[in-house]
Amino acid sequence: MEGLAWLAAAIAIAILGIVVWSVARKGWSELNLDLLTKSPIPFSLTNAPQGLANAFAGTLVIVGLATAMALPVGILVAVYLNEFAPPSIRTGVGLVLDVLAGVPAIVVGIFVFVLLVTGSGQSGIKGAFALAILMLPFVARTTIEVLALVPNALREASLGLGIPQWRTTLSIVLPRAIGGILTGTVLAVARVAGETAPLLFTSSLVGTQTSWNPTHALQTIPVAIFELSESPDPKDHARAWAAGFVLLIFILFASLTARWLATRNARKIAGR
Amino acid sequence: MSAADVSAGSTRRPFTGRRVRFGDLALQLLAGAAALGATVLVGLIVWKLIDGSRLSLSKYGLGFVTRVAWNPVIGHELYGAGSFIFGTVITSFFALLLATPLAMGVALFLTELAPRVLRAPVTALVETLAAVPSVLIGLWGILVLGPQLRTHVEPWLHSTLGFIPLFGPPSAAGASIFTAIIVLSIMILPIVSSISRELFLGVPAELKEGALALGTTRWEMVRGVVFPYARGGVAAALILGLGRAMGEAIAVTQVIGGGVFIHWSLFGGGDTLGSKIAASYQGASTNLQASSLIYLGLILLVLSLVANIVAQWIVRKVARKHGVTRGGHA
Amino acid sequence: MSTTIEPTMRVETRRQPLPPREQLESIFEVEGLDAIYGTKPAIKDVSMVVYKNLVTAIIGPSGCGKSTYIRCFNRMNDLIPSFRQTGTIRYHGQDICTSNIDPVAVRRNIGMVFQRPNPFPKSIYDNVAWGCRVLGMKDGLDERVERALTQAALWDEVKDRLKASGLSLSGGQQQRLCIARAIAVEPDVVLMDEPASALDPIATQAIEQLMHQLKSQYTFVIVTHNMQQAARVADMTAFFSISRGEEGQRYGELIEYDATEKIFTAPSDKRTEDYVTGRFG
Repeated sequence: MEGLAWLAAAIAIAILGIVVWSVARKGWSELNLDLLTKSPIPFSLTNAPQGLANAFAGTLVIVGLATAMALPVGILVAVYLNEFAPPSIRTGVGLVLDVLAGVPAIVVGIFVFVLLVTGSGQSGIKGAFALAILMLPFVARTTIEVLALVPNALREASLGLGIPQWRTTLSIVLPRAIGGILTGTVLAVARVAGETAPLLFTSSLVGTQTSWNPTHALQTIPVAIFELSESPDPKDHARAWAAGFVLLIFILFASLTARWLATRNARKIAGR
Repeated sequence: MSAADVSAGSTRRPFTGRRVRFGDLALQLLAGAAALGATVLVGLIVWKLIDGSRLSLSKYGLGFVTRVAWNPVIGHELYGAGSFIFGTVITSFFALLLATPLAMGVALFLTELAPRVLRAPVTALVETLAAVPSVLIGLWGILVLGPQLRTHVEPWLHSTLGFIPLFGPPSAAGASIFTAIIVLSIMILPIVSSISRELFLGVPAELKEGALALGTTRWEMVRGVVFPYARGGVAAALILGLGRAMGEAIAVTQVIGGGVFIHWSLFGGGDTLGSKIAASYQGASTNLQASSLIYLGLILLVLSLVANIVAQWIVRKVARKHGVTRGGHA
Repeated sequence: MSTTIEPTMRVETRRQPLPPREQLESIFEVEGLDAIYGTKPAIKDVSMVVYKNLVTAIIGPSGCGKSTYIRCFNRMNDLIPSFRQTGTIRYHGQDICTSNIDPVAVRRNIGMVFQRPNPFPKSIYDNVAWGCRVLGMKDGLDERVERALTQAALWDEVKDRLKASGLSLSGGQQQRLCIARAIAVEPDVVLMDEPASALDPIATQAIEQLMHQLKSQYTFVIVTHNMQQAARVADMTAFFSISRGEEGQRYGELIEYDATEKIFTAPSDKRTEDYVTGRFG
């Protein structure tokens, strides 16, 4: 019986290893600087250098905007649940957050489509909004956990001095939790940087020019990879692999950074 | 009045009147608004999807759910979710079937079986796979997995097991339900195994030691103590994995091949709810088609919510059960 | 009829004799105070007067509601959702238990030092200065910090490392830092909830010395489970004990409140006598 478990583990690990290795190898071999600097030339019949500059720019803008939208709201939700809400509301909204986390990305995409895009068109901001919806439950959850870890003795010390609750929360509790909040945000960014589905309906009808203006639809790396993967041209596939590799490296780097931040933060709090 | 009044410690500040501080009220309102907003958002998602599918809802009603058709040709328009629900159920179910033993194997490996030295790198491997975006897995599926399956696996399965209707003639280019199932099981493997690993780690040491002290083998202890204890949590993990598989649209649409028929062979093409929606992102030709696509999304939302809520409910039930058990041991 | 009893131990005290009652000024008047957590009563029907510029100790066995009682004075129990209280506490003549009192303002006048030292994760300087800054006392911060740390008998030990983290100090030093923090904002009263219970004897002695030196400027109310401490340091002592109600619930009750000398040498109530002679508790 134990042997079966070993077998299953071996198969699984082999598969995981193959996938990761395969993606890494293909991506690395197709990597070149043009990717970042040149614009795409659709249906190109020549070997003129092209890249995905517009996708890289668009991803930066959209992910940045999404973070700017989700982070304050997520923190505020967590502050409300942890510092103000009675227990019944705490469980209720906690449930809401869990439900929100379970909505598939493509459904979020259609939702934002029906809410914002029909009638007025796509834009980077609307795409960012869709990503922000995906990020929100994650940021809120990790912030709640971090706020709960702040010892009550600190709150009492501040309140005992006659400092009002809002000031206690902003000046004592939140700064203490900032490390964990940062970690949670980096992880949320890592997760959402690779999302394709929500952007298909909100920011996919794009041109080839590199644009930083979020009021128009912007190309993003995941959507670019998606489109290139459907093309029959092997040169398109090559660029898809390369872009995918960069995306993967970014995500892994962000996850590692988050983990490093988390251990450093834990050490700082414990060591003091 | 004593002299003590004059000293520094007697400054008094007024404390009547204004009961509620502006800062407290502002923060509470702002934070409360955010919490309210999150709650409203969920309701808004459901409502807007219903709103967007109104045309199709009113025209087809619930019959949409069972009809196997998707004809956008103007003049003969007819839409139905039947084949896509079938696709969703088949792909998710089989993906879970494939992934579960593998995920359990990995989880057991990491908690009980593996030498310490291997645990960190294998855990890192699992987490790396979890981090790979679905579009990238889909790319790999189209360009690497699909062709491999088409060349090696599908013909062999068809020739040896072709009498079973599941294994019909091999697909055109590796784009098939079969490929989609493999891709989905690879995608849910990390989640299910991570949650299971945490659950196995959470089994109290006293319970495990108690069994081992009786003279059972490690495997007997796992089967007799670890599995039963973690059973509820694992069920929740499986349902979460199922929900994840049902909701995955991108990787599936890249490898599944498309199609609107229900057939037995896994090697044919098809579509799931998610993949059909994703495949149509470039636009619908009519309002009815668009509305029907949103109707598909509504059905998918309902399915995901049900899976999610069931998983949550199991988690809470298990937590309560284990809380009582631990208290009883005190 | 009370008999003079021999104290069971010789207790060193710096305590001076109390001034005559006419010269004592009341700062708190407690009348019929009840406190309940949900359905469990904590204390019942407490009435006493706390006098200005004295050290008042609250002693009694565990579970008799001493902490709950002291936290009524600065409305810290408000933080607990199930807490309810009835009765009055008049502070300088005004009832601070009513709902139209701002608890934040109350706490600016009535400071608190807690059982476990809880300095902010800031520098030593900022631990003391931050409260002053936020509460609007921004002038002469350096002098305020130095004065508070000196009064808390900590200045000499930290004057060269004011930028070091407050958490880098020893337990006794951290508690003195918390005292400095509390008195830096110039309260009227300082409440202390078992301030030395987490400290060693030498640190404890330092804190007792503090109270003695500072009581001309502040009024101290201290909860302590250590009788000897109360005997050493307090001018007035209130003894609480656990009583049982008709339905069998336990609650805390004020048994006796008098000059410390009297409580420890000639208590009026048998329960007090049993407690201070060590027959129970």
